[in-house]
Amino acid sequence: MTKPTRLLWTPAIAFWWRDVIRFLRQRNRIIGALATPLVFWLLIGSGFGPSFRNPGAASDAGSYLVYFFPGTLVLIMLFTAIFSTISVIEDRREGFLQGALVAPLSPAAIPLGKFLGGTTLAVLQAALFCVLAPLAGMPIGWHQVALLLPAFVLVGFAMTGLGFLVAWPMDSTQGFHAIMNIFLMPLWMMSGALFPMPAGTGWLYWVGVLNPVSYGVTAIRSAFASGHGPGLPAGYLVGLSVTALFAAVMFAISVNLVAKRSRRN
Amino acid sequence: MSLQSHFNTSGHAIVVRELVKTFGERRALDGISLEVRQGELFCLLGPNGGGKSTLFRVLATLLLPDSGTAEVAGHDVIAAAAEVRSRLGVVFQSPSLDGKLTILENLRCGGALYGLRGAVLESRITEATKALNLTDRLNDLVETLSGGLQRRAEIAKCLLIRPDVLLLDEPSTGLDPGARLDLWAALEQLRSEHGVTALCTTHLMEEAARADRVGIVSAGKLVALGTPEELTSAIGGDVISLGVSKETGADQLAATITAKTGIPATVVEGEVRIEHAEAYALASRLAGEFPKEITSLRIARPTLEDVFIARTGRLFADQDVETNDTAGKPAAKKKKR
Repeated sequence: MTKPTRLLWTPAIAFWWRDVIRFLRQRNRIIGALATPLVFWLLIGSGFGPSFRNPGAASDAGSYLVYFFPGTLVLIMLFTAIFSTISVIEDRREGFLQGALVAPLSPAAIPLGKFLGGTTLAVLQAALFCVLAPLAGMPIGWHQVALLLPAFVLVGFAMTGLGFLVAWPMDSTQGFHAIMNIFLMPLWMMSGALFPMPAGTGWLYWVGVLNPVSYGVTAIRSAFASGHGPGLPAGYLVGLSVTALFAAVMFAISVNLVAKRSRRN
Repeated sequence: MSLQSHFNTSGHAIVVRELVKTFGERRALDGISLEVRQGELFCLLGPNGGGKSTLFRVLATLLLPDSGTAEVAGHDVIAAAAEVRSRLGVVFQSPSLDGKLTILENLRCGGALYGLRGAVLESRITEATKALNLTDRLNDLVETLSGGLQRRAEIAKCLLIRPDVLLLDEPSTGLDPGARLDLWAALEQLRSEHGVTALCTTHLMEEAARADRVGIVSAGKLVALGTPEELTSAIGGDVISLGVSKETGADQLAATITAKTGIPATVVEGEVRIEHAEAYALASRLAGEFPKEITSLRIARPTLEDVFIARTGRLFADQDVETNDTAGKPAAKKKKR
């Protein structure tokens, strides 16, 4: 007889493993999550390149392709996370998650598994894209890898959290796409990913400050820009800390939502 | 080896007392009470919208009732949901297997949801797949399997935890007749060889007729309870159905027959319907007395549908409307008969 406890890790690992297996068996998802940002990066990067001036940087700070690279990484993670959480909508109504709702699970089990799955995929995809970095004139050494990896993990976790929070209460995938277009994409665009957020006191400045995605972009950008000297690059720790806090908040809200949803009146 | 773990001491696998659940104005469960014995194959028969899916969701710990109590395997579904969940296998109407995974991978995931892993999980998988004759299909992707095999794999997943009770919501939905027979053969085998208690909702008469006992649910109430034989034999003979000419009309003919013979005749869906112990003799007498009025005549052994008509005064199909609570559940399907 199984003990009537509320299980956490064994089921969470099962959810995580399932997400990874599913992803690897659906080639179009790999392409979708990687190719779209790649095309974005090349087309937008090449098109804006000649007219781009980064106000905060020296005039020889590099091309727009370099500026846009960290933002593209965040977009890849956002897409990967979205594709991995969108399945929650159908799964809960008529799929694998139905079985999870009648199992003796801790309310944290489903979010933990989904977050870990989404994070794994996001980190893998981002790492794969980083192969292109040297081509764009951004050499990656061990120093950068050591800084990028924690940033990828935290940004992946936070992006999955964002996707999960949107997906869980939804009844249809159409609704998800609407939210994605009017909420998630602007969140990314206004994060300094696409263009530098202006300094000062204008509304765009405050959008940048209040937008949690900004901090992920900042952390990744400063990881790339860091030299080999001692100490961490400016902006990295703040970016990482705020992203970690944001990820934790996303997780806490998700657990709360699942706990509420497991029983309906 | 038995798939069955120990039972509770009350002698019943499921005990439902005065359950009430309302959705807005509608009483989906209207004070329903019933008991399912251990080791029994119990069918909850009713039209869509009759309340059986609501009852299913309460028993599966997915829905809180407004009032009343329900116990599964000796534990209260409200106060001790975790205990109930760890003893309950649930087969949903819509598939809960992942099509992109193989049967074996699905079973491993399914077992992990209940904390099973390692050697214990593998031995449970062997046990469950043997019981459902799936051992040679373990490495097939679920999306490549027929509907019947998928259902059997779902049941195998539920058996991993050696449940005290299996709940199945319209398990034959979407299955062809052959697969439906296979499914029932598998359920009967689980009951007879492993002592599994199963409660199964259905709107199919022929499916309910295979159960040990049937509870007929209509408008949130239990209108009949017993073995299929008990229920049909309570009808009091065979059932005569008369087609009536347009000039006469069914209502008038029914009234005339009742007045002349003293035998109650009712009108159901434009036909006159009479239950009688000596149906053949009565039918030939009626055919002689009303040659112009009667356009067709049919005599049949009573079915569970007749039981439904007798208990509710309505045709089964009349209630088959999409008023069911559809929270988290696909739209009610068309009724097949």
